[in-house]
Amino acid sequence: MYEHLETAENREHLKRVVVDPVSRVEGHGKVTLLLDEDNNIRQARLHIVEFRGFERFIQGRPYWELPVIVQRLCGICPVSHHLAAAKAIDQLVGVDPENLPVSADKLRRLLHFGQVLQSHALHFFHLSSPDLLFGFESAINKRHIIAVLGEYPDIGMQGVKLRKYGQEVIRMISGKRIHGTGAVAGGMNKALTRAERDYLLEDIDQIIAWAEGSVALIKKVHCSNLPYYDDFATIRSHYLGLTRPDGALELYHGGLRAKNDNGEIIMDQVDYCKYNDYIHEEVRSWTYMKFPYLLSLGKDKGWYRVGPLARVNNCDYIDTPLAEAARREFKAHSGEALVHSTLAFHWARMIEALHCAESINSLLNDPDILGQDLIAQGEKRYEGIGVIEAPRGSLFHHYQVNENDIVTKANLIVSTTSNNMAMNESVRQVAAEYLSGRELTEPLLNNLEVAIRAYDPCLSCATHAVGKMPLQLELIDAEGKLVDKLIKHNDGEIERLDG
Amino acid sequence: MANKIRLATTSLAGCFGCHTSFLDIDERLLKLAEVVEFDRSPLTDIEHCNPCDIGLIEGGVCNSENIHTLREFRKHCKILVAVGACAINGGLPGYRNTIPLEECLGESYLDGIGVENPQIPSDPELPLLLNKVYPIHEVVKIDYSLPGCPPSADVFWKFLTDLIDGREPSLPYELVHYD
Ligand code: SF4
Repeated sequence: MYEHLETAENREHLKRVVVDPVSRVEGHGKVTLLLDEDNNIRQARLHIVEFRGFERFIQGRPYWELPVIVQRLCGICPVSHHLAAAKAIDQLVGVDPENLPVSADKLRRLLHFGQVLQSHALHFFHLSSPDLLFGFESAINKRHIIAVLGEYPDIGMQGVKLRKYGQEVIRMISGKRIHGTGAVAGGMNKALTRAERDYLLEDIDQIIAWAEGSVALIKKVHCSNLPYYDDFATIRSHYLGLTRPDGALELYHGGLRAKNDNGEIIMDQVDYCKYNDYIHEEVRSWTYMKFPYLLSLGKDKGWYRVGPLARVNNCDYIDTPLAEAARREFKAHSGEALVHSTLAFHWARMIEALHCAESINSLLNDPDILGQDLIAQGEKRYEGIGVIEAPRGSLFHHYQVNENDIVTKANLIVSTTSNNMAMNESVRQVAAEYLSGRELTEPLLNNLEVAIRAYDPCLSCATHAVGKMPLQLELIDAEGKLVDKLIKHNDGEIERLDG
Repeated sequence: MANKIRLATTSLAGCFGCHTSFLDIDERLLKLAEVVEFDRSPLTDIEHCNPCDIGLIEGGVCNSENIHTLREFRKHCKILVAVGACAINGGLPGYRNTIPLEECLGESYLDGIGVENPQIPSDPELPLLLNKVYPIHEVVKIDYSLPGCPPSADVFWKFLTDLIDGREPSLPYELVHYD
């Protein structure tokens, strides 16, 4: 739709504007714009500027280290990497998902629900709520969680406590809130004790109530400014994610389903071990993040979105009652059609948070969760593929090992990478529809970041590196001369310096 | 407001886990906000480090931008703290130090499974990668280190409250861990 803005012709005659970094996201990215003399935007790109090289340096390590090593890709969703790697190495010891001991499977699911709940709460309350509560172009000194805690103490504190609860679920199972150990090849390394289970049960009713409140909150915010929320950064796309065989929303294990932008199912219950027959990744010179696409639709048309919006769009129902009711309301809002609104990611995310809270409750009340039979074994294999629905979308881990159990090849497609093209399209949509031809100001630039933030990008996953840089804007003409410079000061003041 | 302690944080080549762990102080965040004002941090939109009392650095140094950011922090922060394994010794990203950089790039962009249009990203917009990942103390002077991957929320809390109350920070044995 906005692909024509990816690469401008006659670049030497254009001015360059950079937003660096994109703030309140995890990891490091920057946006560059090229403008003509009338401030019409001719090129807009989201660049991922760092690189860590995990796929190479885990070669030569024994496979059993993988769940512990690769989770250090990301301190926000470490459990997702931990579990995707665990699912892959289950296969290396000859254990298919259906052969995992029931209690190990349920413990992993509980761990994962804790993870998705805390990650969604973190993104919604700690990172995005200032935009949603104060407005996209609000003063810079209000745009952080502390200001939310000051002005909306109840909402802010609920966010803090929802996240805390998710982290406590993780700690009870894996020993630490961040980068613990739990999953091992063929199962889990420790049972949940009755005391740990009871501790988590104490607060769960309150957590469900707060999660329900969060859905109501985002719905209210969305509907109070409907045209804007429906159109801002909105693009039509295909959607990909795991679902259960019966079409239910699934976060831990299922088959791949994709819908095209009209809502028609174009693949369903595809075995994710065959992912390489369906998805390839294109490299472009200007970013370290690759561009995945569906082979059947080709490089240009095959890009798709993943994450909460994709999952809620793709599934036929959710198997917990409150989240299902919330999903129905969400779908009714769009007349049952696919929801393409980018800001609706937030709404879908909170529906999933509610689903996680409900699911944690069911699992804690399931006697299997205290089971002691936690490990299965089978025949050694040389290749393992694990796919999971991480908070930000489908996450692929693929490993090969040699006869000494040493990793010889690795391929990771992290969730945010699948949204690469979509984030770029959303940036270009905002650039074309909201910024083009206008004089650039800091609040206008926050709009670009709001668009990116909706995807909850984990750029630290996607690049396997992170870092942040100051936000300053420079317009440089064709000869490289500085023509305009904006600096965002601490108190929110924008100063224009002459070039 | 003026008397509050100014705190800046940043993440270089880390995983954001140290920041996440900092947020794990949970409700204490509110107490902290009473005495501390956040300056530049991934949690705020302040992008230039102002004169600060305390700077927390997560992650090692892997590219030219990291060096720039780190120097900016050293210049503006009275007390600069290396937070977590990555900042202290390069951590997991430092695994790449035994492998030539071209090989790391080649694995991801040339020889990877399902890679189309193989090429090494090379645009001038991309900062220069360093040949190795460096601990931050090799680039600037560091005042304190908080070990752990990540340090627990209690480590952050004990360290910051000691500093804020004017005590020499010290961690009891049970809070010191390296995993
Ligand atoms: S020390 Fe550990 S938690 Fe902190 S950034 Fe490095 S890998 Fe992440």
